[in-house]
Amino acid sequence: MAQTVQLDVNGMSHRMTVDDPDMPLLYALRDELALGNPRFGCGLAQCGACTVHVDGEPARSCVTPLSAVIGRRVVTLAGLGTPDHPHPLQTAFAEAQATQCGYCMNGWIMTAAALVREKPRATIGEIKQALTGLKCRCGTHMSIIRAVARVTGAA
Amino acid sequence: MSPLALDLSRRHLLQAGGALLVSFATAPLLPARAAAAGRPALTPDQLDSFIALQSDGTVVAFFGKMDPGQGVDVAIGQIVAEELDLHAIAVRVIQGDSAQTVNQGGASGSTGIEKGGVTLRYAAAEARRILVERAAVRLGVPPEQLATENGAVFAPAAPAKRILYKDLLGDGYFETALQWNGQMGNDLLSRGRAQPKRPSDYKLVGQSVPRTDIRNNAFAQQTYVTDIRLAGMLHARMIRPPVVGAEPQSIDEASVKNIPGVRIFHERGFVAVLAEKEWNAIRAAEALRVTWTKPVDPLPDQAQLYDYLRTAPALARKDELLKGDVTTGLSDAAKTVAATYEWPFQSHACMGGACAVADVRPDGVSFWTGTQKPHYAQQGVAKLLGVPVETVRAIWTRGPGSYGRNDAGDAAMDAAYLSHAVGRPVRVQYMRDQGTGWDPKGPPSVHLCTATLDAKGLVVGFRFLSRGISRIDVTPNESDPRDSLAGQLLGRGQNANQAFGAPTETYNFVHQQRAWETVAPLVKNASPLRTSHLRDPVGPQINFASESFIDELAAATGTDPMAFRLRYLTDARAVAVIQAAAEKFGWRARSDYPHPPANPGEIVRGQGMALAQRSDTLCAAMVEIEVNRTTGAVRPVRWAVAHDCGLIINPHNLVLTIEGNIIQGSSRALMEEVTYDRNMVTSLDWSTYPILDITQTPDRIDIVTINRPELPAAGAGEASTRPVAAAIGNAIFDATGIRLRRAPFTPERVKAAFT
Repeated sequence: MAQTVQLDVNGMSHRMTVDDPDMPLLYALRDELALGNPRFGCGLAQCGACTVHVDGEPARSCVTPLSAVIGRRVVTLAGLGTPDHPHPLQTAFAEAQATQCGYCMNGWIMTAAALVREKPRATIGEIKQALTGLKCRCGTHMSIIRAVARVTGAA
Repeated sequence: MSPLALDLSRRHLLQAGGALLVSFATAPLLPARAAAAGRPALTPDQLDSFIALQSDGTVVAFFGKMDPGQGVDVAIGQIVAEELDLHAIAVRVIQGDSAQTVNQGGASGSTGIEKGGVTLRYAAAEARRILVERAAVRLGVPPEQLATENGAVFAPAAPAKRILYKDLLGDGYFETALQWNGQMGNDLLSRGRAQPKRPSDYKLVGQSVPRTDIRNNAFAQQTYVTDIRLAGMLHARMIRPPVVGAEPQSIDEASVKNIPGVRIFHERGFVAVLAEKEWNAIRAAEALRVTWTKPVDPLPDQAQLYDYLRTAPALARKDELLKGDVTTGLSDAAKTVAATYEWPFQSHACMGGACAVADVRPDGVSFWTGTQKPHYAQQGVAKLLGVPVETVRAIWTRGPGSYGRNDAGDAAMDAAYLSHAVGRPVRVQYMRDQGTGWDPKGPPSVHLCTATLDAKGLVVGFRFLSRGISRIDVTPNESDPRDSLAGQLLGRGQNANQAFGAPTETYNFVHQQRAWETVAPLVKNASPLRTSHLRDPVGPQINFASESFIDELAAATGTDPMAFRLRYLTDARAVAVIQAAAEKFGWRARSDYPHPPANPGEIVRGQGMALAQRSDTLCAAMVEIEVNRTTGAVRPVRWAVAHDCGLIINPHNLVLTIEGNIIQGSSRALMEEVTYDRNMVTSLDWSTYPILDITQTPDRIDIVTINRPELPAAGAGEASTRPVAAAIGNAIFDATGIRLRRAPFTPERVKAAFT
C-alpha cells in the first residue's frame, strides 16, 4: 500500500511515496534521493558498504526499514563533509590513497567517523577493533588503517 | 547542444565531464560508431584514436583498457604527459568506452602498462612530433631547433619564439596515420615515426602522481555502474535455479500480484522479474513461486573433489617445459621426494553482485558495464541480440571490484537481453548470494610433484604436473554469448576451452618436466562452478605447490630455504629480489630440520618465503607468522616483499597494488574455499565465504620496489598475489614442523594437522 513518508537526510527534509514502508533505507537513499553512497554490497548487514549515520550512530541501511528512521536524522557520506568543508577522514582517505576499487570506502569512512568522534586518539588496535567486520575485497586494509591513523595520530 | 551533437562529437562529449553518463542517459541513442564530420575513423592506425588535443590546451588519452582500482589510468596519463611535456593533470584518460577507444584488450594479464602503455607512449610521442613540425612552420625555426615544455613549443635559442599546442591544432584533428601491427586486443601495437623519450630524460614517469578518483569517492562523487540511471528504466532481478541444472516448469504469476508493477520474463532457463522500483523487483524475486525440474544430485560430493582431479581422464595436456631427460633423471636417484598439493574453487566474491544497465533500441544498443573487457562484451551483446556490432556501444563504468572474469559481463548480457525483450532500458543487479554463488570461479587443482636427489643431495630430476579444471571453461571475455550465463541458460551451448599452467620460476635443475592436464568440469552447462580467470589465473595454486615443494626439497637436503633457491637460480633479477627481500626481512638462515619447537607455547612463530615470476615481473615474499596451537589460527605478522617489474611508472601506486595483492592473497590462502552440496554452491555470502578481516591483517608489509629504467615496464597488477600462499605455508612448516599441502589453511585444518 503506497504511502508518503518524510525523511530527514543530510539536514534536508524529503517527502517520498513508497510502496512498502519497511523498504530498507538504502533504496530510498539511492533510488529516490539519488545519493549514490551508500552502496549495496550484501543486503545482509555483513559488509558495511551501505553504512549511514542515524542520529549520529552508524547503521547498515540495507537492513534498516524506512519506518524505523522516520523523525530521525540520517546522514550519508555526502552529508558528512564536502570538498569545501571536508570531514578529516575524507581528506585522510584521499591523502593516504586508501582503497582500490573503492566500492567499500563509504562503509569505512562512515564507521570510522563514529570512532574518531568517540576516540579521537584511537590506537591502531582500537582502529582495527572498531572497523572489524567491514569488508574490502581488494585487500586495501593497510591503507585504510593508515588513513584513519592519520586522523587519530596513531603510529 | 542537440542530442545529436552530443552523441556524435567526441570532443564535445569530453567536455561534458562528470555529467557524461547522465547526458547519454537522456539522449536518443544512435549507432555507436557514427562518425562526426571530419573525424577520422576510430581505428588503431589513426593517431586521433589515441590522443586528442582540447581547445583549452589539455590532452585526452583514449585508452582501450581500464583501471580496476590500481591507478593504471594515472600511469597512462603520466606516460602521455611525459612524452608531450605536460603536467600530469593536463591529461585526461578516457577508458574502456567502445565508442571512444579502440580494443586494446581491456584489463587483462596485468598488461595495462606493459602493453597498453606502449602504444599510448608511441602515440603521444608522435603527437608531439606533429606539433613540433607545425610549430616549425609557424615560427620559422627548423624542428630540430625546437623544444617543448608545459604545453608549448619554443626555440631555446630564441625564447620569444614560442607557441602553445592549442594554437597549433585549432579545433582540428591530427589526421596522422600510425603503423599498426594488425592485432586487436592485448597485442595491439601502433606507433608513429617519432622516437619516444629516453628513460633517463623522464621527469613525470617515476613520480607518485595521486589518483583523483579516490578523492571523488571520499566525497561521494564517484560514479559506479550501480549508479547509472536511465529515463524509463526498469529494475530487474534474476531468478537462478535453486538446484544446478533445474529448469522452470511453471511460474505462478499470482505469487507477485500484490507487488506493484511487476513483470516476469521467462525463456528456457532464463528467468527474471522487472519492476519500476528496485525494491519491488527485489521483493518480487523473493516472492515469485517457480516450480523447477528436480535434477538428482547434479553435483558430485565435494569430499571427492581432489580424488576426481587426480584420477579423471585428461581433456588436454601440455608440457610447458621439457629439459634434459626426465625419465632417466627421475629413475637414477639416491633419494626421491614426492608430494601432492590441493587448491579449491575460489570466488571473486566482489564487494557487490555485478550490475549492468542496457538500453536496447531499434537504432542502436548502449550498455554500461563493469566488465574488464568492454570491447569484447560489445561483441557478445551484438551476437546475443543478433545485431551488427557497429550498432552496439559498451561503456565501461567501474563496478564493485574487478579481479578477472567475474560476473560483470554476465550481468551485461542479462540486462541487454531483458531490455531487448521489454523494449525499455533495464538495470540488473545481482544479489549477494548470486554474486558469490553464481560468479565464474577460480579453478580447483591438484599438483603432483616429484624430485630426485643424488648422493650429494643435489636435485637431478624435477617433475611437476598440474591437474585441474580449465581456467577457460568459460573464456575470460564475453565476446561469445556461450561464455555467459545468459547464453547457457538460453540454450546457446558452451564454448569451453582447455588451459591450465605450470611453474615459471627458473630453477635450473638438470632434468625437468613441467606440465599440466585439464579434466572435465563438474557440470557442463550453466554451472555455478564454471571456471575462468581470477586474479593471477592459476598462479597462486601453482606457486603454492611449486614453492612449497622447493621448501620441502630444502628440508629434505637440510638446506636453508633461501640458500637452496639461490643454488639453483642464475637469473640475476630472481636472485636480486630474493636478496632484497631477505635484507629487508632479516631472514634467519636455518638448516636444523626437523624443526618443531622443543617446548612450544600456545603461540609459535615461523618464517617462510616464496619466489614468483609472472611474465617479466619477479617477486619474492617473506613472511613471519604466528600459529595458535589451540585454535589453529594462523596470522601473518609481518611481510617483506621485493618486486621487480622493470621500469616503474608510479612508485606509490605500485606499492599500494602490491600491498593489496598480499592481503587478498593472504585471504585466499588462509580462508577462501567455495563449498557445495549435491545440489548447489553453499558458500553464498560473507559468513559462508569469509574473507580476511581487518583484525587479521599483519602489523606491517615492507615493500622493496626495484626500479629498472633500462627495462620495459612490466605488469604489476597480479604478480605479488602469486607467492603469498606458499610463503605462509612454508612459515607454518617452519613454526610447527607441519607441512600443509591443502589450501586454504583454515584453523580447523591447521588444528587437525597437530593431532
